[in-house]
Amino acid sequence: MSDTTMDTAVPRGPRNAVLIYLATTVVVLLLMMVFGLLMRLEQAGVDLLGAAGFYQVLTAHGAGMVGAVALGSSAVMWYFLRRHVELSTGVFLLNLALFLLGAVLILGGIFIGGFAGAWTFLYPLPQTPMGLWTQAAAASFFLGLLAIGVGFLLLYIDIARALITNCGGLGRSLGLPQLFGRAGDPPPAAVVASTMVLIVNTLGIVAGAAILTMSLINLYQPGFELDALWAKNLIYFFGHVFINATIYMAVIAVYEILPRYTGRPWKVSRVFLAAWAASTVMVLIVYPHHLLMDFSQPTSLHVLGQVISYTSGLPVLLVTAWGALTNVYRSGIRWDIASGFAFLGVFGWAAGVIPAIIDATIAVNTVMHNTLWVPGHFHFYLLLGVVAMTFGFMAWLTRSQAQGDGFFDRLGFWTFTGGGLALVAVFLYSGAGSVPRRFAEHLPEWATYAQLGSVAAALVILGTLLLALRFFAGLKRVANNVA
Amino acid sequence: MLQSVSLLLTILLVVPVTAVFLWVAFSRPAAVDAGELAARSYRLRDWSFWALLAVVTPVFLYTLTLMPYGADAEAEGVQTVNVTGHMWRWELSQDEFRAGEPVQFRVTSQDVNHGFGIYDEDLTLLTQTQAMPGYTNTLEYTFEEPGTYRVLCLEYCGVAHHAMVAELTVTE
Repeated sequence: MSDTTMDTAVPRGPRNAVLIYLATTVVVLLLMMVFGLLMRLEQAGVDLLGAAGFYQVLTAHGAGMVGAVALGSSAVMWYFLRRHVELSTGVFLLNLALFLLGAVLILGGIFIGGFAGAWTFLYPLPQTPMGLWTQAAAASFFLGLLAIGVGFLLLYIDIARALITNCGGLGRSLGLPQLFGRAGDPPPAAVVASTMVLIVNTLGIVAGAAILTMSLINLYQPGFELDALWAKNLIYFFGHVFINATIYMAVIAVYEILPRYTGRPWKVSRVFLAAWAASTVMVLIVYPHHLLMDFSQPTSLHVLGQVISYTSGLPVLLVTAWGALTNVYRSGIRWDIASGFAFLGVFGWAAGVIPAIIDATIAVNTVMHNTLWVPGHFHFYLLLGVVAMTFGFMAWLTRSQAQGDGFFDRLGFWTFTGGGLALVAVFLYSGAGSVPRRFAEHLPEWATYAQLGSVAAALVILGTLLLALRFFAGLKRVANNVA
Repeated sequence: MLQSVSLLLTILLVVPVTAVFLWVAFSRPAAVDAGELAARSYRLRDWSFWALLAVVTPVFLYTLTLMPYGADAEAEGVQTVNVTGHMWRWELSQDEFRAGEPVQFRVTSQDVNHGFGIYDEDLTLLTQTQAMPGYTNTLEYTFEEPGTYRVLCLEYCGVAHHAMVAELTVTE
């Protein structure tokens, strides 16, 4: 490796590029959170959107949140990875440009064209609008997702180029020689994690591009028919890998930030390398747990989905979570919201996989699939995991070394954390009460859940708003913090 | 039943995880020998790995005996019903059943993907399968109690997804 030092100066160009990524992330996040609140209010009985509007907002919320966290977590990965390998700032910015183009196409398709096929765009719903959206609206949505996918693909190609140039191959940058006993220093954690992400997400994006292209062709040539089950497999392979990659990108913030606060470096051990190598495979084959209620799917794939769901939790809990706890335990750590968010992110990930694994049990899935239990567990490890890790990175870049955190910083942290925990708890409790997900109108018996969920969502928004303001106000400190 | 167990299990596992994170976050005083502390921690991790494996493996194997797949299409004494999902209604070849006798729902869709979810009078989800165009999923279920049951759509299917409801009547 060319450079494994922990603290190096960051030139203005790359630094500003990362800040633009993060600024875009937090703005999109806030907008999507407002969409989330609007949906909970609608379910609580406040008629703001109507059914058609609700499902449009649902579509935007799903696609937009995945895009926002992908953008934020890729900024984390790129920032720390470029300390070890030479990356192209131009390609990094091209990804952002394609993301913005994609966002315009997606939002236009939804709010101008009326598209409401959900982020899942399950075939043949986008092609069956029942008069509610146009062909052009569906095409705009598909092209928007394609543009975003192409952007990330270019980013991963550039990262692969840099890793191969610097390390001699992706197997080496994943640390496989050291894993299998060869002497020498293993690659830094950021390099190992980035390698895993680019391998899995390249495959995920290619699958996504394939189904999006086929859906586009079918839109204009209905004679080009797709198999609904194959289409669903491709969509969930793509969707699962893409959203999981955001966790594996964001967790680099934990590996990099916590040690700076505890004074204990994050050691890349053989267990660490084994966990990341195993995750590379498991993330690719775990997606059948999304299709457990498709009885026509081979039973062997259902069992695979359950087995891998159980085992894929182990690297999380026993390597990253245990590693973070060991790193912090009796370290005399100085807590601020940067270290706090990094630690919270690990907690959200570790705790969030528990209801997820339970849901991946086939027998349980029979009574939990597509209930609010599902957003319960994924908000746990995305909102309190990925978003928290990204907020930790943002807070670390913009921290005031002279004054430390102020009252509003701490208020933002605790409002976000409390609101996030309440939001997740209400979702999980509603799911255990059999409340379906993706319903524009809830039965009167379910209204209380949605009302409580609305309060929780409002708290999350308030906390995020405070943190966003802190981020923008702290931009002037970034140059000093990272120089 | 399964919902309550899942919620209870989640609470029983998330609460200790939370407690451990809080305990570690506020652990004092700072250790002098971080290396020894880490070595002890990782020995405990290795032990925990095997303990976790010993607990989870039998649970995992037991749950596989509860899988809802593989209904016997030739079985005798089974009430059979064809179910077709449409935007936005359910078409059932019959909607009255006898309690205590297995019912096989052969579920498909005429247009887009739907989800065939059966709810009891207390709005508890009892079982479900997907309704997918081009495929027929066979779901077997035995209603234990007479009463009125509801079918809700559990796969998003467009603007009236939430209103796609049917009723089933189960008699003695």
